[in-house]
Amino acid sequence: MIEIDNVHKSFGELEVIKGVSLQVKKGEVVSIIGGSGSGKSTLLMCINGLESIKSGSIRVDGTEVHARGTDINKLRQKIGIVFQQWNAFPHLTVLENVMLAPRTVLGKSKAEAEALAVKQLTHVGLGDKLKVFPGKLSGGQQQRMAIARALAMSPDYMLFDEATSALDPQLVGEVLDTMRMLAEDGMTMILVTHEIRFARDVSDRVAFFRNGLVHEIGTPDQVIGNPQRPETADFLRSIN
Amino acid sequence: MFESTFTWNDLQFILQGAWVTILLTVVSMIIGTLAGVVCGMARALLPRSTIPLAWLLDVFRSVPLLIQFVLFNALKSIVGLNWSAFAVACVVLGLYVTAYCTEIVRSGVLSVPLTLRRASRSLGLTYWQDLRQIVMPMATRVAFPGWINLLLGVMKDTALVMWIGIVELLRASQTIVTRIQEPLLVLCIAGLIYYVMSLVVARLGARLETRWQEND
Ligand SMILES: Nc1ncnc2c1ncn2[C@@H]1O[C@H](COP(=O)(O)OP(=O)(O)O)[C@@H](O)[C@H]1O
Ligand SMILES: [Mg+2]
Repeated sequence: MIEIDNVHKSFGELEVIKGVSLQVKKGEVVSIIGGSGSGKSTLLMCINGLESIKSGSIRVDGTEVHARGTDINKLRQKIGIVFQQWNAFPHLTVLENVMLAPRTVLGKSKAEAEALAVKQLTHVGLGDKLKVFPGKLSGGQQQRMAIARALAMSPDYMLFDEATSALDPQLVGEVLDTMRMLAEDGMTMILVTHEIRFARDVSDRVAFFRNGLVHEIGTPDQVIGNPQRPETADFLRSIN
Repeated sequence: MFESTFTWNDLQFILQGAWVTILLTVVSMIIGTLAGVVCGMARALLPRSTIPLAWLLDVFRSVPLLIQFVLFNALKSIVGLNWSAFAVACVVLGLYVTAYCTEIVRSGVLSVPLTLRRASRSLGLTYWQDLRQIVMPMATRVAFPGWINLLLGVMKDTALVMWIGIVELLRASQTIVTRIQEPLLVLCIAGLIYYVMSLVVARLGARLETRWQEND
């Protein structure tokens, strides 16, 4: 379970998260929607400790992410994150990209890591691209590779930060399908997304972010279908 | 009309000079690259606290190499170091390479996008694992052409060590010119040797680069 409790976060003078609380239970899919600059990406970074927080607390399975004694590298093993930029490691083949963390971080043998990587890559439909370098792949394929790379660590949670925003429209579908598959497999996920229809389909809850706060939260039918607050309705209208 | 007093012995003398040039280049490149990788990573990763280092290295980059050789050689005598001229040459050239290599490595490291490093850290890689597995291989590819240029430059700059009494390729050639008075022939031979040495380096470098580029 991810428990975010009254988190504040500033970059210098600029306060970008102003007291966010949110709980995500095992198996739950929560989508975060909201305008650019509302602090969505920053919150995801805070969840796996890529960014520090000013106050409040974030616990993952009971472990304080930002406590001094926390082994952050260990904690990150159970939180996969996929970014807007595909972030393929360009000097490694697709297979090596996925094998890297299991080998380096989990200390798996080459054979073990390779079997794991092949399985994950096949799962996301890249079984025929193992020896290819990422530069030769389309954006959609690179993003699916990034998903496989995160899954190879057998994470308990997956965070997606606008995973399809940098893709050409015709490639969005294949990545969304991969994410949908994960949701159906019961993965606990937090999705930052502008794909409202997709969010409505796969989410258990949707949170609308505004000015560093959860402005409205509820089931997809409530928040997207029948928003209670005018700003939510405005936002939904603006992106359609 | 092609009669020449240039003998087999003269050629051997020049080749010995070329060997000294190669040795000086290799030794100073090894010293300078090792030190440059350390300094360059430090400059890229800890930019604030390493500013004094940047100032120091700027000295070695801005003062003409010839002056550095002569000054260091004089300093050696004053301090009473019993170093050979070759050792002095290696130290001065090594510092010179360090200064340039630091900048090459620094910009290589800085060329690795922060988002990539975040991605690798998010997989659970530690700071050092990320440096080793992601940053260094990627930075190497960016820095490599600059490093090859540095190597080619240093090979020619080694000629300046003649001022502290070392006989390398150019100095050896000049000695023979003085004796047999055939500057054109001798300097052409010396030039050809420089050219061949550079060509080998450039070719090997280009081959490695294309192999990397095939991946992009
Ligand atoms: N590393 C950073 N340094 C300074 N300001 C930042 C940094 N990252 C994000 N911000 C600022 O924080 C605010 C929230 O950004 P972000 O979390 O990326 O929003 P969103 O993902 O909702 O678009 C923005 O105003 C952005 O400019
Ligand atoms: Mg964002």
